[in-house]
Amino acid sequence: MRAFEYTRADSAESAAAEAGKNTRARFLAGGTNLLDLMKEDIERPDQLIDLNRLNMTEITESGDCIRLGALVSNTDTANHPLIKQHFPLLTQAILAGASQQIRNMATNGGNLNQRTRCAYFYDTAMPCNKREPGSGCGAVGGLNRMHAIFGWSPECVAVHPSDMCVALAALDATVQVVDSQGVAREIPFANYHRLPGDSPHKDNTLAPGELITSIELTKNKMAPHSHYLKVRDRASYAFALVSVAAALHLDGNKIGKARVALGGVAHKPWRVNQMEDFLQGKPAEDEIFVDAAALAVKTARPLERNAFKVDLARRAIVRALQKARDGGMV
Amino acid sequence: MGKYIGKEFSRVDGVAKVTGAAPYAAEFHVPGTAHGYLVMSRIAKGTITKIDTAAAEKSPGVVRVFTHKNTPKFAHPEKYKSFKALQSPEIVFNAQPIAVVVAETFEEARAAANLVEATYRREDPSTDFFGRVEEAEQAPDSPFSGKSVQTTGDAEQAMSSAEITFEAEYTIPAEHHNPMEPHAAVAYWKNGKLKIFDKSQDVYTVRSNLAAALGVPEDDVHVVSPYVGGAFGCSIRTNYYPFLTAMMARELKRPVKLVYTRRQMFTGHGYRPFTHQKIQLGAKKTGELISIIHEAANNTSTVEKWNDSTTRFTRHIYACPNMKTIQRLVKTDLPTPCAMRAPGAVSGMFALESALDELSYKLDMDPLELRLKNYAEVDPANGKPYSTKALRECYRRGAEKFGWDKRQPIPRSMREGNELIGYGMSTGIWYAFQQPATVKVVLKADGTAQLTSATSDIGPGTYTVMTIIAAEYLGIAPEKISFGLGDTQMPKAPVQGGSWTTASVGSAVHGAAMKLKSRLLSLAQKDKDSPLQGLGPDEVVLLDGRLQNRKQTSNGVSIVGILKAEGMDSMTEVHKETPSKIREDYQLLAHGAQFVEVRVDEQLGMVRVSRAVEATACGKIMNPKTSHSQEMGGVVWGIGMALTEHTEVDDRFGRIMNPSLADYHVPCCADVRKVDTDFIEEDDRVVNPLGVKGMGELGMVGIPAAISNAVYHATGKRIRHLPMTPDKVLKA
Repeated sequence: MRAFEYTRADSAESAAAEAGKNTRARFLAGGTNLLDLMKEDIERPDQLIDLNRLNMTEITESGDCIRLGALVSNTDTANHPLIKQHFPLLTQAILAGASQQIRNMATNGGNLNQRTRCAYFYDTAMPCNKREPGSGCGAVGGLNRMHAIFGWSPECVAVHPSDMCVALAALDATVQVVDSQGVAREIPFANYHRLPGDSPHKDNTLAPGELITSIELTKNKMAPHSHYLKVRDRASYAFALVSVAAALHLDGNKIGKARVALGGVAHKPWRVNQMEDFLQGKPAEDEIFVDAAALAVKTARPLERNAFKVDLARRAIVRALQKARDGGMV
Repeated sequence: MGKYIGKEFSRVDGVAKVTGAAPYAAEFHVPGTAHGYLVMSRIAKGTITKIDTAAAEKSPGVVRVFTHKNTPKFAHPEKYKSFKALQSPEIVFNAQPIAVVVAETFEEARAAANLVEATYRREDPSTDFFGRVEEAEQAPDSPFSGKSVQTTGDAEQAMSSAEITFEAEYTIPAEHHNPMEPHAAVAYWKNGKLKIFDKSQDVYTVRSNLAAALGVPEDDVHVVSPYVGGAFGCSIRTNYYPFLTAMMARELKRPVKLVYTRRQMFTGHGYRPFTHQKIQLGAKKTGELISIIHEAANNTSTVEKWNDSTTRFTRHIYACPNMKTIQRLVKTDLPTPCAMRAPGAVSGMFALESALDELSYKLDMDPLELRLKNYAEVDPANGKPYSTKALRECYRRGAEKFGWDKRQPIPRSMREGNELIGYGMSTGIWYAFQQPATVKVVLKADGTAQLTSATSDIGPGTYTVMTIIAAEYLGIAPEKISFGLGDTQMPKAPVQGGSWTTASVGSAVHGAAMKLKSRLLSLAQKDKDSPLQGLGPDEVVLLDGRLQNRKQTSNGVSIVGILKAEGMDSMTEVHKETPSKIREDYQLLAHGAQFVEVRVDEQLGMVRVSRAVEATACGKIMNPKTSHSQEMGGVVWGIGMALTEHTEVDDRFGRIMNPSLADYHVPCCADVRKVDTDFIEEDDRVVNPLGVKGMGELGMVGIPAAISNAVYHATGKRIRHLPMTPDKVLKA
């Protein structure tokens, strides 16, 4: 860890303004990822702007909209009555991630901005275009069992590590941000994270200095038929090999709407819109799910060591849809 | 059961540990301590051509930067051939230490460490063990498992004439111990003498190795290691950091502390090596084994030849007249492996017990029945009788508790919802070692006793069991006994390894107590009116603070009274216990039977161990509570080895790529469901005076095979390559 300046922000606008002045500044919220990265000499900020005094710590309801403050902890979000009632998918996804201790510290805004856990990104002795643009990708020809099967580029095959974000993607959340001039804007979740392309050092579409203030969710009719499924190497505290956030709006046996996002397979939570369109209007039956899942993985491009993820994703989608249809939780 | 032995005792050091009062190596605060931080190589093989420390030296708080250029050479490298840091510009494994930055604070040292720049002449490393098994060379003989090639009868000939044969290959990746406590040392010199607080399973060996390397007499080195936060074998050898820490403290003339980070732990000590095995079994149609050929190879470093003794138990477990075992090595550009819980045994038994399970299906015979059919009544390799062997009873008790009779013989025949259910079993085996050990007992006139012996307590409960043994044989309440360990100013004890501590040090405690009893009796008998007149030492017993007639316990005198009558404040006994000659006439082993139930979500490739039952026969059980913990820990380790643990090396760089607790998956609580442990006590008068056998390693030996066998029973898929992660289950 290198020496840095510590600044305590007293408003979202002043925090963003401060960050706008210094491209080497980083926001500090829960610190569960950033401090690790600083200890490993991967993040080298010369200024930390501490957000923890800011007033973004509530979950509020207004009409059909539920707003998650950026500084609400993952634990409090998962256990909040409004979330459990309207978005059990989000509760399930959050609780599938990290450990209780980490979730207690980690914030909602921080969850969106956590960096990949790619082993090459984490090791400064290894090439990594995300950590050090132009140094090459260690994973593309290396140990890539955990890596992407969708949307990767030769520059980067890393995956986004979050579980929470997979659910937020399926729930069509929006991200509220404020920029260094104090101007607020809203980013649809699908546009928040990005694919690596030729600039994998950029994880998301935030402009320099922009700060997340809240995440908004619109109530839907899918709560009774949603399910988050995570397949991993051990039963807890492991990143997803593949995860699936599935939500169905059922009209009797007919699928009114389906929303499905995958985790552990791409540089961002991977929505499968084509499959969702396919499901719309069809009966919620196993054979349909099998056909839909096959469609979802059609565009997969596995790497040398992760071909199993294609088949696993297909199977996991079927299972998650079944679970969602049959009543969701568990 | 005695007054204390065999009863449930909580750990005597438990409160100190959970309240933070128990100091671990890095927690010894010595005024004026400077803090070291290691800088690691970025290549696996080659030479440092330039190392630039200028920026680091100018960084705030930096005291000195040590590299191979300014580090004195350690003396007598021939005495202990392990890797020593900063002795040359040569790189022999990736993430090898190339510098240590010493600064006033840990944070300053860590910040400056980022500023050290090395340039290398890089050579291509060779770390792909499995790709090079064909090149394996014969292993050197092992002090514990003997010759690297061993034969009984004519295994090849018998194999060629067998009615049924089976052959398969099995692989195990490198695994790391990952104790919670990182390795650490704090060292300082005073008047030419070294004191070092270290994390160690073996303070005496650290002392002799440091003394030799630093060119000072052994008496001038004082090693202290009272608490160890898990070790599992990775603190048996003297790792490179105590040498470095002591050297730096001498050079800087001030105390120095050095602590590994988790990442540095992965190359800062050894690991369970990559292992490849081939098993051939020959049997009659009725199930009797007639030949076993077991070939194993493990990787080693370019610095030393580590023989993991993978085949060590193969010739001692089943009644088979023809057997051959071969141990080979492959040199790799990786650090030297080392002992990791049940070294060799768990690896070898994974292959042998998997193969036996495979044979059982070929014979259409219950796996347990096949083992009973080949039950060895005497050691098959040397014909010696077992001192005791309650394995048959373990099989029976384990099977009964588990409900083995509910097993449907055909694979894939048990199912619940999305899960296939499988039952698997295996046999566990470990030695009943005993090593020479010395203990000092000070019996005090205030009714207390202080015992010391330079053993270690890496978690099995050594402090507790020694207190229990002392209480039993000194006749003093456990609360009045203190036991000290982990200090070279205490009498010599063997390394805490091999599961031999209770047998060795415990027997020394017993022996010392017997001597004290005799001395107390002689003193008591100075009194002509003593009720103990005319009795020999075997006719009296120390109990409840009294020396009394064994048969007529009302006849006795208080221990304190005897000392006071003599005007003594205390009575001291130093006793060295050595293994008895009679041991040589027997085969001395501990055994166990393991049964597991797995639930396999075949669609998703996920395996869960839903139940495990262990029945263990390891002589007398001293403390059922900590014994249960030992065996439960063994099950957890077995689950990790079978399902999750895997040190991953990128062979292009020869670099370990998952050196963290997030990426190296030891089982978490959610991976461990129901674990039932049970003991079949053996009355063994041969092994040692206490009748105890090792249990620490035994508990895991059969588990990986039992899990693999259960996965086969559940799914009909045989996975011979650990760990059985979802991708392998899907692919099988």
